[in-house]
Order: sequence, then C-alpha cells, then structure tokens
Amino acid sequence: MLNKVNREIPDDILKEKNYKPFETTEIGNPETTYVAHQVRVSQGDDKLVDSIPEVIEKTGLKNGMTISFHHHFREGDFVFNMVMQEIINEGFQDLTLAPSSLTNVMNDMVIKAIKAGTITHITSSGMRGSLGDFISHGGLKDPVVLRSHGNRARSIENGDIKIDVAFLGVPNSDPVGNANAIHGDAVFGSMGYSLMDAKYADKVVLLTDTIMPYPNTPASIEQTQVDYVVKVAKVGDPDKIGSGATRFTKDPKELKIAEMVNQVITHSQYFKDGFSFQTGSGGAALAVSRYLRKSMIEKNIKASFALGGITKPTVDLLEEGLVNKILDVQDFDKGAAASMANNENQQEIDSSWYADPYNKGAAVNQLDVCILSALEIDTKFNVNVMTGSDGVLRGAIGGHQDAANAKLTIISAPLVRGRIATVVNDVTTVVTPGDSIDVLVTEIGVAINPKRKDLIEALKNVPGVPVYTIEELQKRAEAIVGKPEPLEFTDRPVALIEYRDGSLIDTVYQVKD
Amino acid sequence: MEIKHTALAGTLESSDIQFTLSKGTGVEINLDSQVEKQFGKQIKKVITDLLSEYGIENVNVRAVDKGALDCTIKARLIAAIQRATDTQNQPNWEVLG
Repeated sequence: MLNKVNREIPDDILKEKNYKPFETTEIGNPETTYVAHQVRVSQGDDKLVDSIPEVIEKTGLKNGMTISFHHHFREGDFVFNMVMQEIINEGFQDLTLAPSSLTNVMNDMVIKAIKAGTITHITSSGMRGSLGDFISHGGLKDPVVLRSHGNRARSIENGDIKIDVAFLGVPNSDPVGNANAIHGDAVFGSMGYSLMDAKYADKVVLLTDTIMPYPNTPASIEQTQVDYVVKVAKVGDPDKIGSGATRFTKDPKELKIAEMVNQVITHSQYFKDGFSFQTGSGGAALAVSRYLRKSMIEKNIKASFALGGITKPTVDLLEEGLVNKILDVQDFDKGAAASMANNENQQEIDSSWYADPYNKGAAVNQLDVCILSALEIDTKFNVNVMTGSDGVLRGAIGGHQDAANAKLTIISAPLVRGRIATVVNDVTTVVTPGDSIDVLVTEIGVAINPKRKDLIEALKNVPGVPVYTIEELQKRAEAIVGKPEPLEFTDRPVALIEYRDGSLIDTVYQVKD
Repeated sequence: MEIKHTALAGTLESSDIQFTLSKGTGVEINLDSQVEKQFGKQIKKVITDLLSEYGIENVNVRAVDKGALDCTIKARLIAAIQRATDTQNQPNWEVLG
C-alpha cells in the first residue's frame, strides 16, 4: 500500500514483520511499556575475564541471539573485528547484529560473518562502502532494518531490539565495570549510544585496554550494569577515532551556503537570547558556526544549548560563553572529545535523552534550530540520506529524522554535486519526511516549505537570500545536469527504512546491474 | 578526418572527463563513468555526435568520466580530437561555432 509519503510498501512486509505504514511526524502522547532485562547477580569479584573466547562462553551466547556494539570508535575501532572474528571462529549461526551503526572498518568482517552464516539479520543506523554495496546487491536474505538513533533507543526500550549480549569497547574501566570515555588512549568523549546497550542488554561485556583502580569515576557506564570486563591489547586507534583538528572549509560554494544558512537563522523568529541549535558535521555546517558566532556577538545573543554530535567549533562557543550548555551524544573530533573531561557544561546524554520519540521528552523536542545535510531532497521536501545516485546504500539515518523535528529545520546542500542533482522531483529513498523540513538552502538561493507561511514572510526581503520555490530549484538543477535515466531495481527488498516511531517510511530494493 | 596518433585531453579530477583517442577501425567507445547508470547513454551520444561532426569514422575512444557536464565533455573531446589529428592550429570553426 501507499504510505503518507507516497511510497509503495509491500503488503507482505507489513504483514510478515508486523509493520504500520508511515502516517505522520506527530508523535502525540501514546502510552508504552518498556521491557526489562535479565540480571545475573554478582558480587563483583568474578567480572574480570582474561580473553574474548572465555567471555563469549561466560555470556552463554547461543545461535539465534542478538548481539550489539557501538560505533563511537568510528574508523579507529578494533573491538568489533576482534569480537566478531572470534564469534565466527566458534561457529555461531543465525545471529542478529544490532550495533548503533556500522563504520567502514567493520565492513569486511560483517560480510565475512554473513557469508559464514553467523549473521543473518542486521539492524543499524546505516552502512557504507563495501558492505552497502554487498547488501544492495542482495548479499543478505533478510532485509536490513535501518533506524535513527532515537528510534534505536525506542526499539531497545520497547523490546523491538532485544539485545542478548552487548560487547562495548571502552577506553577505561575498573575491574567491576565503572567506565567512561574521557580518559585513556582511545578517548571518544560521550558514550551516548552505548549507554542504551549498557542499560538494556541481558549481558553486558566491556572490553578495554586500560584497567583503572576501583572506583573509576566519573562513571558513564556503571558497575551495576556490567557483567564482565575483558582486558585487550588495544581497543582503538586514537588517530582514526575522530578527525584531527577541524578545519574550516575554503570551498566558496560551501561558504556561500553557510552564509545563507546563517542569514536564514538570524532572520527567523527563533534567533533570540536563549535559543538552541544543532549543526552536525560537514563542511557547510561547520562554517555556519563561524558565521553564527559573529551574529551572536553582534546582536548580544547567547544560546541556551547546542545539541547532538559535537565538534570543536561548538566547544569553542561554549568556552567563549556564547553557548551555556552542550548536550553531547557523540563527539566528531578530538577537540570535542577531549573537552568533555574539562567542561562540566558539556553534558553526556544517551540516545534516549537525545532523540527518543517514546520517552517522557527528549532533547530534540526542545530544539529551536537544526541544520542537516542531504544526498537528495525532492519537491515535497522529502530527504534522502541513505542511497547514493546509483541506488546503493551509502549513508546513515543518524539523528536526521529526530533532529528534523526542531522548530526550524534547515537542509544545507549544493544544488548539484558533479553531474548529480541534489534537488529532484522524487528522492530515491525517503528517510526524513518533507513535513519536518522547513527551509532548503543551496548556493543559488533558498526554498521554503509552503506550509511555513511565517518563514516565507520573514525571509522575503533578506539581502543575499534569493527565495525560489523548490520546483524552480529542481528545474535549475536539471538544466545544469540534464535528465537522468531512472535507476533500475529488482523487486527484492534489501533494506527497510523505519520512521522514528517504528512505522515503515520506505523500502530499498536490490539494484539491477 | 583521420586519427594520426594517440592523444589525450582532460584530467581525472571530479567533474572532469579524460579522453584518450587512438587509431582504430570504426568508432569504438570505451566509457568508464561514475554516473554511467543515469547518464551513460547521454554521454555516448555527445561523443558520437561530436565525432561525426568532425567526420571521424575510425577511432578508439577511451573516456574516464568523473561526473563531467555535457559542455565539459565537448570541450575535452574537441581538444583530444585536435591533438590526435594535429589540427590544434586549424580549429574547425564550423563545429566550434
């Protein structure tokens, strides 16, 4: 059947997997029940384990179970490959892999585990590179389920994802499992996503290269949650965990977009003392923080908080007193990760606090301004951050659907990338519904969602901000690159895109080659 | 017009296309493009149209495309043709016009 963003969702998937088609971005006030997890009672003296094979045995891992990992080590992760290799070696079959996301460094091992029959189901925020290619060519029988960070938190709480064993790499821990990510060799700052696994998995295993004396504080993961602690040689490569010093873009196109994004923000009703924002990473988004800083100083406006994935430029605003608090679910660079140890106003938050639609109120609900990116955006303002111009999986939902519920959601994207139009008639894959997008900013001008009459009024005479309809921008893009041939897919689904409330918003099919 | 020797034009930078023209029998186009699925046919059409405007009937065309627009494709191919036919100093104004 057709869902509310006009995507055909196969009836057998709705039925077999017990899905509802996407209806609305409104969450309302439904009642829900969280699941409980098993507890193996311990006095704490039996937690330290010598090796990965030994800890796998102790957790009681069995065929058919669900295992989880986090992606905070990003491209510097050693833990996933270490643990997964051992699980493959021991011949486990039919496991569900439920990490917070999958980074490129994990790709080869996931493919190996699928080929060995060890992994038969996957749920993730996204996937890229060789794994995205493998899945998009039909490498896994069961479609991958893709969820936003907030939706993963929701799914863990309500039992849609029931984690049997969580293997969580940490830069330090004491022998009973008090751990944080702000000290040690492989610091990554906020442990945001992994905190859900620590709270809800039946068995929680920490892997670390640095054992601290008891009690190790501050403790982000607490001893009450942890079953076992394993000492390994190295949990990650510090140079690959986050990018080094964040450099501002010199790309004139990105700078122009950033300047225009700033104009949109500062001319909106939300730009006043105490406003809040999320910028994310990426060239234009980072440059926005520089323009925003200048505007805040000029107008004597301070932000109450900055949210989300945090970068050094955001920390600089905190230290300068232009931002009062940072709510930090993950850190994108070394500067942001390192400052967590020193700034008491840089608050670590878990992914439920960050973005969960089904709790008693998440930080995204308090958010005024949010800047997000897009691979594609269509004339209905629907956004694709998942499939590339060849239809292959190459992205992640991340917090996109969640943060898009800000009062002013801005998509910053170039009109075209090379020969590929960013503004199109219909996106390949709908990830974030157009209903939650307010303004698109490109290098030639902006388009405002017609339902935001207030913004159309506020932005109608801003110098340097030409306003177009989104149809006009689509035509401009097509005039530059030409009309592409439609992509060809088979009728076999390879990935299901959930909306943050767990309804089905789109289906990704196997590509035809 | 005849291809006199192998010639190259263009780079492998993003949004560019690199042509290598060499002697051949008939027109043979070997296209490697990042946007083959969406624009492969269109790119080949630009190439064959331009070759026939120059009256080139025997050539091996190797094109490595990094998402170039049609105008770039034409410019690079004209450069490659003139180099391969030693006509850099006698531009074909009818085609260029």
